[in-house]
Amino acid sequence: MAERIDKVSGIARLELTAEEKKKFEKDLDDILNSFRKLSKIDTTKTVPTFQPVEVKNITRKDIVEESLSQKEALANAKNKEDGCFRGPRAI
Amino acid sequence: MDYSNLSVSDFIKESKKGNIDIDDFHSVFFSKAEEIQKRYNHFITISKKEAKDSIRKLGRKSTLSGLPISIKDNICTRGIQSTAGSKILENYIPPFDATSISYAKERGGIIVGKTVQDEFGFGTFSTNSAFGIPKNPIDPKRSCGGSSGGAGGFTKAIDMPHIALGESTGGSISCPASFCGVVGLTPTYGRVSRYGLIDYANSLDKIGPMAKTVKDTALMLSIISGNDPLDQTSIQQKAEDFTKYCGKDIKGMKIGIPKEYFKNIDKDIEKTVRSAISKLEALGAKTVDISLPTTDYAIPSYYIIATVEASTNLAKYCGMRYGAQDEIKGYFNEYFSKTRGKYLGEEAKRRIILGTYARMAGYRDQYYLKALKVRTLIIEDFKKAFKKVDVLAAPTMPIIAPKFTEIEKLTPVENYAMDNLTVGPNLAGIPMISVPCGTSQGMPVGLHLLGDHLKEGNIIQAADAFERM
Repeated sequence: MAERIDKVSGIARLELTAEEKKKFEKDLDDILNSFRKLSKIDTTKTVPTFQPVEVKNITRKDIVEESLSQKEALANAKNKEDGCFRGPRAI
Repeated sequence: MDYSNLSVSDFIKESKKGNIDIDDFHSVFFSKAEEIQKRYNHFITISKKEAKDSIRKLGRKSTLSGLPISIKDNICTRGIQSTAGSKILENYIPPFDATSISYAKERGGIIVGKTVQDEFGFGTFSTNSAFGIPKNPIDPKRSCGGSSGGAGGFTKAIDMPHIALGESTGGSISCPASFCGVVGLTPTYGRVSRYGLIDYANSLDKIGPMAKTVKDTALMLSIISGNDPLDQTSIQQKAEDFTKYCGKDIKGMKIGIPKEYFKNIDKDIEKTVRSAISKLEALGAKTVDISLPTTDYAIPSYYIIATVEASTNLAKYCGMRYGAQDEIKGYFNEYFSKTRGKYLGEEAKRRIILGTYARMAGYRDQYYLKALKVRTLIIEDFKKAFKKVDVLAAPTMPIIAPKFTEIEKLTPVENYAMDNLTVGPNLAGIPMISVPCGTSQGMPVGLHLLGDHLKEGNIIQAADAFERM
């Protein structure tokens, strides 16, 4: 079963200690068990609700507006170079 | 001058006339806030210096005329650290204000600090904060509630005019309001712009005010609400003056009593809330028995939807650009996973795991899609009820503020179950207000009034009439 937590934490890009994996494995089981009651309620004819108050087709004029300056956008970054964010190798 | 127990409205009236020495007022306010901080830890940051700068630019004729406003730490404040209670955002200084903050500042609100919360809002007792746990000013062995715990605690503790901005995803305004004995108003989803709010779950998050009186929360809601093009889910409603619903009677108002909301609650709380409902009847309201049959399904539906949304939202905290950043080593995924493992707290990790699992291929339909469909049924229950009544009345929380020693013993499942009465209305995006209605074992009990979408007026009217009784 530890494979399950390895898989989930891998997808979530979340490094966990062995102890955390053990704890979350049990928690996940307990929580999912308590959620089983959802299967008792019939939803065959029900549509899902993604937003409780629907707002449709809101657009704005395609005009360039003021935004953060490059300096402001980079103000919180420790790793930066030539006006860009610096990050780890992706490939 | 002695400012203690000066009401918000008297403060504003006198300040506009120039009868209050605003520098002296704020210096007294900050010394009290610092004293409260030492005892109860309600703040992550107290922004005394920034407040001084704002006071210098203050227009005395503005709506709030220099009123102190505290802000939950997950709402971005320009130039003031905003961490949402997480180590992964420690030292993050937003270069911009959230829309609700801009509105509060434009109307003469002075930001006095950022209040403690559960990390990203993940909790019911504010015990999941990376920056210390806020203590309940009525009994420091007990929790302030969560996740807007610092906001609730400080609103109770300070005896000077002040309004707090909190935020609710599944009950994070109502719960601390109930536990601390203050008023908490959660507006309709989309009524207040979420621009600049550090997301927990986009389809659930709502910014709202907490204060000592209903009228103060109505005043603050009038200031922070209104359509905002920067938030695509902001509804097309103009700001209105919600204080106009205060001072009215409630003769003939129909108040529904959902029977499921009185199951599995502390008996003393039930007694206190039922007696509050009798008072509403004495004021001329008519009560109607209501059933909300999907109530028991709200917890699983909420925790699946909220954690699914949270698990994608939190993906942006990867140790780059802002917040916690280490020396760059290894490939992207290694660095990303390591940083998140190092800086996120236990409950944040638990919810990321749960949310990621519930939207994984093979489980998505069984959990996430199912939860969204159940949400539809929960909303239908409320819509049916509001065809018959103007307001629903129930207890806010099933218990009084618990002791920290009791909270330690709760399993995650038991902990989540505490939100049983607040997650349903939050899933539906309807407005709600918690107003103090008595005590049990010396601790406050909250009366929860729920309204239909955009009917904040009804719940404000009922809560205010109750409060004035």
